[in-house]
Amino acid sequence: MSNSNQNWQTICEVTDLVLDSGVCALVSDTHKQEQQIALFYVQEANEKKQVYALGNFDPIGKANVLYRGLIGCADEQIFVASPLYKQRYVLNDGRCLDDDTITLPVYDARINGSKIEVLL
Amino acid sequence: MSTPKKIVVVGNGMVGHHFVEQLHNLNSEAKAVEITVLSGESRLAYDRVHLSEYFAGKTADDLAMTSEMVYQQWGINFFLDAKVTHINRELQTVTTAAGVVYNYDKLVLATGSYPFVPPIPGKDQEHSLVYRTIDDLDAISASAKVSKVGVVIGGGLLGLEAANALKQLGLETHVVEFAPQLMAVQIDAGGGKLLKDKIEQLGVQVHTSKATQEIKAGKECRYQLCFSDGEVLETDLILFSAGIRPYDNLAKEFGLEVGERGGIVVNDLCQTSGENIYAIGECALWNNFIFGLVAPGYTMARVVANHIIAGDESSERFTGADMSTKLKLMGVDVGSIGDAHGRTSGCLTYTYENQPLGMYKKMVVSHDESKLLGAVLIGDTSDYDSLLQYMLNGIELPKSPESLILPSAGEKPSLGADALPETATICSCLNVTKGDIIAAIDTGSTTVSAVKSCTKAASGCGGCASLLKNVVDSELAARGVVINTDICEHFAYSRQALFDIIKVQEIKSFTELLAQYGKGKGCEICKPAVGSILASVWNEYVLNPQHVALQDTNDTFLANMQKDGTYSVVPRVPGGEITADKLIAIGQVAKQFGLYTKITGGQRIDLFGARVDQLPLIWQQLIDAGLETGHAYGKSLRTVKSCVGSTWCRYGQQDSVTMAIDLENRYKGLRAPHKIKFAVSGCTRECAEAQSKDIGVIATEKGWNLYVCGNGGMKPRHADLFATDLDSTTLVKYIDRILMFYVKTADRLQRTSVWMENMEGGLDYLKKVVIADELAIADELEEQMARVVDTYQCEWKTTLENPASLKRFRQFVNSDKQDINIQFVEERGQIRPARAEEKLETV
Repeated sequence: MSNSNQNWQTICEVTDLVLDSGVCALVSDTHKQEQQIALFYVQEANEKKQVYALGNFDPIGKANVLYRGLIGCADEQIFVASPLYKQRYVLNDGRCLDDDTITLPVYDARINGSKIEVLL
Repeated sequence: MSTPKKIVVVGNGMVGHHFVEQLHNLNSEAKAVEITVLSGESRLAYDRVHLSEYFAGKTADDLAMTSEMVYQQWGINFFLDAKVTHINRELQTVTTAAGVVYNYDKLVLATGSYPFVPPIPGKDQEHSLVYRTIDDLDAISASAKVSKVGVVIGGGLLGLEAANALKQLGLETHVVEFAPQLMAVQIDAGGGKLLKDKIEQLGVQVHTSKATQEIKAGKECRYQLCFSDGEVLETDLILFSAGIRPYDNLAKEFGLEVGERGGIVVNDLCQTSGENIYAIGECALWNNFIFGLVAPGYTMARVVANHIIAGDESSERFTGADMSTKLKLMGVDVGSIGDAHGRTSGCLTYTYENQPLGMYKKMVVSHDESKLLGAVLIGDTSDYDSLLQYMLNGIELPKSPESLILPSAGEKPSLGADALPETATICSCLNVTKGDIIAAIDTGSTTVSAVKSCTKAASGCGGCASLLKNVVDSELAARGVVINTDICEHFAYSRQALFDIIKVQEIKSFTELLAQYGKGKGCEICKPAVGSILASVWNEYVLNPQHVALQDTNDTFLANMQKDGTYSVVPRVPGGEITADKLIAIGQVAKQFGLYTKITGGQRIDLFGARVDQLPLIWQQLIDAGLETGHAYGKSLRTVKSCVGSTWCRYGQQDSVTMAIDLENRYKGLRAPHKIKFAVSGCTRECAEAQSKDIGVIATEKGWNLYVCGNGGMKPRHADLFATDLDSTTLVKYIDRILMFYVKTADRLQRTSVWMENMEGGLDYLKKVVIADELAIADELEEQMARVVDTYQCEWKTTLENPASLKRFRQFVNSDKQDINIQFVEERGQIRPARAEEKLETV
């Protein structure tokens, strides 16, 4: 849900990311609660590089590990596969391709110059 | 764009949630509505059908059907503990107990039902409970802790589930039923009798034809139930499960039409008598009937969602529902189909009972024996699916219909998936027909999981999963679909073909391979497979920037991820031989970092519980002590196990330890389609268990016997004797060739045992390739192996020297904090991961 209290927060440098893979950041949401988000830096089909932000918690494995998953694509949808039990989650909307009752939280993320920013 | 319509949903049970989901899906493009959910409970929808699993270890989170996060993402306004107390039909508003007012354009009542507690004198006691919500279950658990005996009043479906719960909580359990039999709604007297016997065998005492007249203080237990026949039953806990009643008080109070015995009256569009007000699920009364199952409620939800979006043009109507059901009660299979009691005029029945096996089956058929009207199945519901299809689709019964339920005296006429009409409902929870499945296959779904995600079939109760698979398989077979060996959708090649391409075309990176021979971006299947091939052929550092994104997490972090996201670390101990200094060094590391240590089956030491940021620190110390990576994380050589051999042992024929160390040092780091294990035994007593390994070597008087392609694990296989009395040089030459031939030709994740079993010609063929060199590739295989041996590096040593690679080993890119979800408790003097209930609050 969009929320007027949200702001673009600078998280890290582009150079902290790993192309076609993930890293994890600790952020505070609008309620000042700490959240772990997984940041994925992906080279799209048009060669453009894009950054995606998802919740880092694996709801099936119940551990904060999603950033360590493999990036792949299925039917043009780019996903991360959980390193624990391999469920695939679509990067742009958090849907689980293997269990449609599960959706991960997703966050707006962007590259701003040399910085990575997330809307929180 | 017009302003979105305000939809207010009262209640967030399974049906209320399904409605929200349906409406959200229809709305995601149209943006025509704004959804507000008001729930009287303190949590969002959860799975009440599987409520009893709460006592079998499932948590409230496991049962949850959605989460606050999902609702937020869907843009749903939702309010918990927000019980609606007023409806103003003129102003179109509802008011909650807290006095908050919400406007609606359309109001959907999904208030569900509540357990009926019969008006027995003394019914309101401290330990007199009901079975409906998670809060109820918590109350039952709490009460059970201070009780010895529990009674369920009501022997229907829910009552038996509740009895199961009490039994699981360790109580002496009784079921009291007013009717002469259990589950009187779904099954007949004969089935009820057998069900009673079976449940009593499981240690639950069943009392039928018992009317409880009064509950008073007990003598031995807390309470005493007094029955109308003068008998009494003492108990500490009373659980009422005497049916449900619709939550229709809002409707009654604010002038909506309700049925004589309750329930909000609705039409085929689930509209109530009030303008712009719908009712769905167990609070709705359709055709003077309340549907107490989830599937009809889902259908109602769909009808209303469609009607709200499409208006009167929507073609969906609620036209009643089949109440057939199949379930397992305390491990007893029970099925009820259609007219189970044989109430249709002129109907005929067939009954088969097998008391020794505890089976009862009855079919109710039309007077001309052409159609199935109903059935009861106790103890064996294997015929349920096909009987249900006969009934639902009006399929003509075979001659001698009794053959459908009799044990296969002859050939049982089978109702194959291809015999079903396209209108046949396969999944009744989500209303998916065979036609829908065919349509999904026609539009490109070629696996059960693809059909499942496309149609949602089998994602409700899951009871139709096997039927779904049959339909999909039969449709695919009819289309002549053959198994293809393509590694995945991104490469139309087998692993072996990709290996040859990479080698012959000298391809050094995944990007290069994808650009020339693949499409898309790759996936979790092809990336690690190609990463492994590249490593087998070129043996470059696996964390090079062009390779790092190919690796599974264990390879990426050069350690083994455990269930809580921490890692285990295994230094190499070649041949299982280790000095006291190295043992001490490992012990010091374990102590310093507080790791759990365990001896592995491969004669080394595994250190558990390392956080990702600790890995480089741990390895710096291990490497300083002269240890190196054990590749426990890789699809590669793990260990070469050995016995002490001729050096110490009275019986040893050869120096098995030296051989084991040499072999381990030669093949360490070799990336392969799967893990590889070796062992070397010093004599035929075989203490190293070499015949259960991929490569097994056993000393003889004259040299070494070589065994190949054995393994332990899920499907153990004894290794085959490949060659006898080899000298050391020939032994190594043969192993070089066998391993490289395996690396070159096996499928991804194929152990040597399966590789051998699938190889045309099997062991003899392998001997021809390796010993007789009939393919004339022996030199090439040896050269390939020499390259791998010569380019070995300890990946941890390389990583520690490489600041760019080390950057990966941080939990957070922007903080030095640690993951607070990783928590340990102590057990037997070491750490272990804390279980969910042991964790400290992480917020």
